[in-house]
Amino acid sequence: MASSDTALAAGQRARGLAPFLRSQMRNIAPFLTLIFLSGFFALASPSFATLDNLGNILTQVSVTGIIAVGLTFVILCAEIDLSIASIANVTGIAVAYFTLQESYVNIPNIPLPGAAAILLAILLCALLGLVNALGLTVIGIPSFIMTLAMMQIAAGISALLVRGQIAYKVPGVITTLGSGSIGGIPWIVIVAAIMLLGGHLVLTYTRFGRYVYMVGGNREAAEYSGLNVKLILGAVMVISAVCSGIGGMLGVAHFGSAQQNEFDTYLLDSIAAVVVGGTSLFGGRGGIGNTIVGLFVLGVLNNGLDHVNIDSFLKILIRGLILLAALVINVYAQRLREKAVE
Amino acid sequence: MREDRSPILELQGITKSFGGVEALRGVDFALSPGEIHGLVGENGAGKSTLMKIIAGVHTEFSGRFLIDGQETHFRSARDAHSAGIAMVHQELSVAPDLTVAENVFLGNQPTNRLGLVQWRRMAREAGEQLARFGIDVDPMSRLGDLPIGLQQLIEIARVLFSGARIVILDEPTSALSPPEVERLFATLRRLREEGTAIVFISHFIEDILRVSDTVTVFRNGRKVAETASAATSKGALIEAMIGRGGEALEHSYSDDLMLPQPSDSSVVLKVNQLSLARSLKDISFEARAGEVLGIYGFMGCGQQELSRILFGKLKPDGGTLAVEGKPKTFASTAAARRAGVALVPESRRAMLFHQEPVYKNISISILDRISALLLKPAQERDIAKRQVEQLQIRPPVVGLDLGMLSGGNQQKVALAKWLTYPPKLLVLCEPTRGMDVGAKNDVINIVRDLRAKGLAIIVLSTEPETVLSLADRILVLKRGALVREFTNEPVSKDRLLEAA
Repeated sequence: MASSDTALAAGQRARGLAPFLRSQMRNIAPFLTLIFLSGFFALASPSFATLDNLGNILTQVSVTGIIAVGLTFVILCAEIDLSIASIANVTGIAVAYFTLQESYVNIPNIPLPGAAAILLAILLCALLGLVNALGLTVIGIPSFIMTLAMMQIAAGISALLVRGQIAYKVPGVITTLGSGSIGGIPWIVIVAAIMLLGGHLVLTYTRFGRYVYMVGGNREAAEYSGLNVKLILGAVMVISAVCSGIGGMLGVAHFGSAQQNEFDTYLLDSIAAVVVGGTSLFGGRGGIGNTIVGLFVLGVLNNGLDHVNIDSFLKILIRGLILLAALVINVYAQRLREKAVE
Repeated sequence: MREDRSPILELQGITKSFGGVEALRGVDFALSPGEIHGLVGENGAGKSTLMKIIAGVHTEFSGRFLIDGQETHFRSARDAHSAGIAMVHQELSVAPDLTVAENVFLGNQPTNRLGLVQWRRMAREAGEQLARFGIDVDPMSRLGDLPIGLQQLIEIARVLFSGARIVILDEPTSALSPPEVERLFATLRRLREEGTAIVFISHFIEDILRVSDTVTVFRNGRKVAETASAATSKGALIEAMIGRGGEALEHSYSDDLMLPQPSDSSVVLKVNQLSLARSLKDISFEARAGEVLGIYGFMGCGQQELSRILFGKLKPDGGTLAVEGKPKTFASTAAARRAGVALVPESRRAMLFHQEPVYKNISISILDRISALLLKPAQERDIAKRQVEQLQIRPPVVGLDLGMLSGGNQQKVALAKWLTYPPKLLVLCEPTRGMDVGAKNDVINIVRDLRAKGLAIIVLSTEPETVLSLADRILVLKRGALVREFTNEPVSKDRLLEAA
């Protein structure tokens, strides 16, 4: 029945280009931002637009990218996860805690074989995600508050495990994935790319992915359609925690150490990547594609500011302003789309 | 009584239209101090529109509007308020998280010279006011913790004691228990002695006849009768409301309709002694395969709650459900769906995704039947196309965002969600509300087709026409209890209204 689809296309054309662009504002604006920023830094600094530097940017956004995969699921459901950075941190610390450290590291840890250490670390982050899920769905604590508590709980576990010390060793495979490279391409970039691709496939081509969008689009309608909304919300909280955990383990290997508060900046960066990319804070709109654009915007911004001569303290303010601008666009894009549909 | 006093409010030749449709046509209305004036009419007859004009909500209309003999034109509800007119709307508008006293004084809390709230004085005065109304509650308790009926009484009390000279009560008794109704009526009578003019809108004609001095009947935007309450009867008022003769374009259902023999097919749903707080009391009934069971009642009679319990959205306080003989306690709507129950709620917004294409709206409830893990968009579209064709949804483009469709077509999509793999029991709330005649007939035909396929169907509606046009058997729900069953006997609109 190609005819009805042609009719649809014709209908959209008849309604004109402007409404179509308005309804696509959420996807267009981040792209324009990215092009603008790249162009600006390329002109401002000769060292910015090089292949080497592209590799730097990719490596720099990899850990954020891995964490942002799970967060995209959460935000698509119109929830939030503030515990991602803390869970990343505690998982990274846990995998080091279960690995034999050098004799000068003064942590009373439990060395285990590498596979066991990784398995325990993954179980830990999944368990913390499950606690988030139960708090949100069974008890009914808003995710904002529930994950705020979890942020503190995970930080507490981290503190108890390392007791102010620094651990260095993680299992070999984690070391390779976090800091090694193959054919000149860092493994961590490959892992991030695979996870982003996996997230995209799940969201676009699976039944679960559809449910995530529908729950985010209209939670009440999802419930009246007979979906198990609580199960879906619980699942995205666990997915978010596990993605954070993986990001945390590789991050620890990437940085070469596991310590308290190591991931603090990743909370804001991950949320910023998802939202700057255009995924709606009200749920139901956006996706991994948006998150990837968001990651690049953030990566280009962070990296580019290092290439131009600018007060390093001012950089923090600039990042804040860019995030604010993205939020404004996000909210407006939602309104424009609602107007286009109604 | 009213002849010897000049009217406090007088409306002459009021006409009001919404987008070319006349909601009121040349209505005259007068209200005297110390009068309780009852207003009856079907949904959409114009009662509420008239009251909203009086309360300053609608400011655009033609006709003369006099207060104390002075021609007046309100520009806002605030103007009406300062002229001493207050209205209690049917939906509760209280702040459940504030205390009883704060609710009573909402917007004008007593303050001292520094602008600080005088809590003790506020609590004392609120307590005194409520005591005059026969309500004995701690003024400092949280309003939301009180039963709904009591909340409603407190809201009414707030308005009654606000010093207004004209008080409009829209459907005030629907959520009240009989003793609470008594309390309300005693207070209304006392206020009448003090010279307040009261307008009382209700579907409960007995209530109107008991408390009001005068009754006005509306039909199709016209005032069709005004009589002293003592000189009329429930039957006469119902007749005036519905009208006899060929005025209505649609089938008026004013004549008797013969319901068929009770069906002896298998019982799909058995409800036993269901109860829910103040909303439902000991509800027991059965729904059978190939039968349309109509449940009629006024707004707030417990229909909504009942439908939500059947679909696992609300948990009952007591009672049991059994689907095809198997006892069920639905933990979620997903569990109800798996057990073969489907619900189309009265609000389309509540079950449709306006920003998603039509085919995703149709497939959402059956995705697990057509795909285990991966989506099959082509199959989804095919299924949607078949439904769109069968239900004649316009435009027939399954890729279009749902929000682009008209209301009636959206309603059909809401039905289509459940039809690819038909459920055992289909619960429809207000299936034809707000539809034009053509769309209504379409829905009626769809429901009849489904009945022929052997589904058990429950239709819940506050519109007698909807129930009469669809049902094989009719239950009447009144204030949370089943009060009458119509089966194998003649039924008509007046008989239904009489029972409710």
